[in-house]
Amino acid sequence: MALPRLSAPRIARDTPLPAAPRKRPGRLRRVLSFWPQYLAISPFYAIFLVFLLIPIIFSLYLAFTSWDGLGPIKFVGLQQFRFLVKDSTFWLALRNTLTIWVLATVPMLSMSLVIASLLNSTKRFTTFYRVAYFIPSVTSIVAIALFFSAVFSENYGLANVVLHALHLPTVDWLSDSWPIKLVIAMLMTWQWTGYNAIIYLAGMQSIPTELYEAARVDGAGAIRSFFSITIPLLRPIILFTVVISTVTGLQSFTEPQVLFGSTASVNPNSGGPGQAGLTLILYFYHQAFDNSDFGYGAAIAWAAFLVIVLFTAFNWRLVARKDQ
Amino acid sequence: MIMSKRAKGIALHAILMLGVVVSMFPFYWTVVMATNNTADVYQDPPKLIFGSELLLNIRHMLTNIDFFGSMFNTIIVATCTTALVLFLDSLAAFTFAKYEFPGRRVLFGLLLLTFMLPMQLALIPEFEIMVKLNWVGELRALIVPAAANAFGIFWMRQYTQGAVPSELLEAARLDGCGFFRQYWHVCLPIIRPGLAFLGIYTFVGAWNDYVWPLIALVNPNRVTLQVALAQLNTAHGADYSMIMAGALLALLPVVFVFILFARQFMSGAVKGALRG
Repeated sequence: MALPRLSAPRIARDTPLPAAPRKRPGRLRRVLSFWPQYLAISPFYAIFLVFLLIPIIFSLYLAFTSWDGLGPIKFVGLQQFRFLVKDSTFWLALRNTLTIWVLATVPMLSMSLVIASLLNSTKRFTTFYRVAYFIPSVTSIVAIALFFSAVFSENYGLANVVLHALHLPTVDWLSDSWPIKLVIAMLMTWQWTGYNAIIYLAGMQSIPTELYEAARVDGAGAIRSFFSITIPLLRPIILFTVVISTVTGLQSFTEPQVLFGSTASVNPNSGGPGQAGLTLILYFYHQAFDNSDFGYGAAIAWAAFLVIVLFTAFNWRLVARKDQ
Repeated sequence: MIMSKRAKGIALHAILMLGVVVSMFPFYWTVVMATNNTADVYQDPPKLIFGSELLLNIRHMLTNIDFFGSMFNTIIVATCTTALVLFLDSLAAFTFAKYEFPGRRVLFGLLLLTFMLPMQLALIPEFEIMVKLNWVGELRALIVPAAANAFGIFWMRQYTQGAVPSELLEAARLDGCGFFRQYWHVCLPIIRPGLAFLGIYTFVGAWNDYVWPLIALVNPNRVTLQVALAQLNTAHGADYSMIMAGALLALLPVVFVFILFARQFMSGAVKGALRG
């Protein structure tokens, strides 16, 4: 009997070979013989299909409709997008999102690199440092947003008390346009600097020390080695962190939502005074789930997606080119 | 100017300690606020040491939100999600890591592609699906969509490939073990350390999740912990000590779990990032 040999599920070697050439007649039976494997991976694909793929396709359709979630869905063509292009609040949200992203990501990743190289040059207390730096990334954004709203409170919040003690003018942190963005950016920076530093550190530890020895013999100092060895060899990891921070940073929602709330009765415009903390995804949420404007909400979501894709591609090229 | 090695070392640790202080300060100040009353902290100069009003603040907090009810909901959601993710992701990962079957490469490519799909695109229709299923306001609306995920399968596949020897599976097969028994009796016991990371990672993620619970649990009296916590800020803006008592109680379990498993957690997270 030659058939069972072919049809019994084979265990792959560590580097699996591509599927063997198939014979037409036995193909279906061969595929069916793998039913346990298909069964084992099917839950993921079922969930993916029902809760991600179909919704995404449906939301593309919704972006060309007008729908409040209850009545009939009305196809309106490009009307939502035409409205979006002229919607000054959308452009404000886009500017806010990009401003907050720059204010958060540039200092965050620079500090992460510095912290990582400092950690890489010592063998003492490393576990303590790594745990202490990593903890912010596992704490809940909601709790930390509450903390920031307490510290940056205008009446005797700690930030203003410290400014006062230093004889500096106090700031209306949660009322003025730039301070609002700065507070949100600081929140993100606090939460993700350590995480990125630990990722960089792992990358740095895989750089052979001989390279640094050789550079030292050639008379290169620590700063020179950092820019000529560490940064170029870390490039793939830097690229990874830039992409991740771009994708997550441009989708920021929880920080401004918790800081200022989005309940229509309390805060009709959402995003705080002057909507200075209104981000793209918060605007999306506000239109879709506070105003039940699903058509326009979907249009905003797709526009935000386009912005994220373009901006990620732009950052990718920027980082990839810098080191050539 | 050339510094001595010793001076350099001191400077290095001074800078690193400064970073630690910045990292840890919010936890210290959260405790200060939660253990004093708002008036004592919100004055110039403020009270900087721990007080004795924690229980009073907690009692005030409990009159504003259903803290323990929502924490109970969060525990159910996080526990069920974690159990399902561990089982479904490790089973799928085992299949991808150790078996050849037609369509395997395409299916795995599709799985990697889902990393790039942002979830906000799916939110509105996903909510409508929950309406159709009559799941709005039910905890299963949070658990089922999260029961299997691409990151977990990807991560566990890498782990399983390295940890489970194919020879062992071959031997089990010759002994008459079918596919599922190979998974259960051979693979599972070996990949336990990997499951520890994925389990904590999933639990912490589910504990901290905010956006989807905010949308899917429409009844303000039946929410998860994070959503209840956020209600503190919108409804009762002035009493910071009361708010921070809630934040402190919500933070503690996660920080505690993280410190217990810090090494595994960090090395797992780093591996996931470096291979991504």
